[in-house]
Amino acid sequence: MAHTIALAGNPNTGKSTLFNLLTGLKQHTGNWPGKTVLRAEGELKTEKHVYTVIDLPGTYSLYSNSADEEVARDYIIFEKPDITLVVVDATSLERNLNIALQVLEMTDRAILCVNLIDEARKKGIHIDKEPLSKQLGIPVILISAREKIGIIQLLKTIDQMTEGKIETQPFKIKYNQTVEKKIKQLEPQIKQIIGNALPARWVALRILDGDIKLLDSLKSYLQNPDFVAEKHQPAQGGCCHGA
Amino acid sequence: MTANKPIYHFQVGDRIEITSVELQDVMRRRLLDLGFVPGTVIEVVQKSPLGDPLAFKVFNTTIALRKEESSLIYGKKVYKEVV
Repeated sequence: MAHTIALAGNPNTGKSTLFNLLTGLKQHTGNWPGKTVLRAEGELKTEKHVYTVIDLPGTYSLYSNSADEEVARDYIIFEKPDITLVVVDATSLERNLNIALQVLEMTDRAILCVNLIDEARKKGIHIDKEPLSKQLGIPVILISAREKIGIIQLLKTIDQMTEGKIETQPFKIKYNQTVEKKIKQLEPQIKQIIGNALPARWVALRILDGDIKLLDSLKSYLQNPDFVAEKHQPAQGGCCHGA
Repeated sequence: MTANKPIYHFQVGDRIEITSVELQDVMRRRLLDLGFVPGTVIEVVQKSPLGDPLAFKVFNTTIALRKEESSLIYGKKVYKEVV
């Protein structure tokens, strides 16, 4: 079975350009935000593996603010891609890392692709790859999808992650005491209902946030027959509780 | 010492450090996502003829806000570079 790779990130960071490069497809790219409204799929073959690549709509976050954010979020949380590539713009990393942190709350199988590195270099921006990778607890690859820089390194990292050769320790945001206390109260109850199928901490946060739309998605997910089997699977190999 | 006032009241060219975001719920979330976070330095780049909406530069992106929103985000004038 093909492994799945999802591309997530802010609008206009070059996700579709990377998608086309990886899959050889010609999904419409253009320099304006909001271009990919629905997700597109393509195939990527490396020397060792076959992947299905999914180009998610670009969003500034992954909450229930809008339809495209929900598409992106539901995919990552319910469909559980084997690897999520968080594509960020090297020239405005600070805002872009917002979504990276949100992805890390949802999955620990993520790679940060710092795209547009050629632009950044032109602007005199230097990205400290190693410290960034250490702090986030996931691999960081500097790429330029347009100039085809860093792509071989990226493919290698994807293969290694698929083979379980890369251990990640995703950075989890610590909230204030009140919130953390509530999370602790909710987590066991959530685990009772959904088992290890979804990251309990993340679900707890959404509930505390009063995210009603997520609860609706959650209900239909729980009614799905596939879910029952998944709930009782031992906690391994999944996207969020993997080894 | 400059006082905090709604970012709506600044002039084109002003650099503002955001001190608080008094909006609620989805709009608050959205603006935080876009980079209107306390501590961030933004710049007023353009004003429409009638003064509403206003365009701000936030982390290298220009974002226009209506008065409804920009009058609920507070900041103070600063003299440092916008990132």
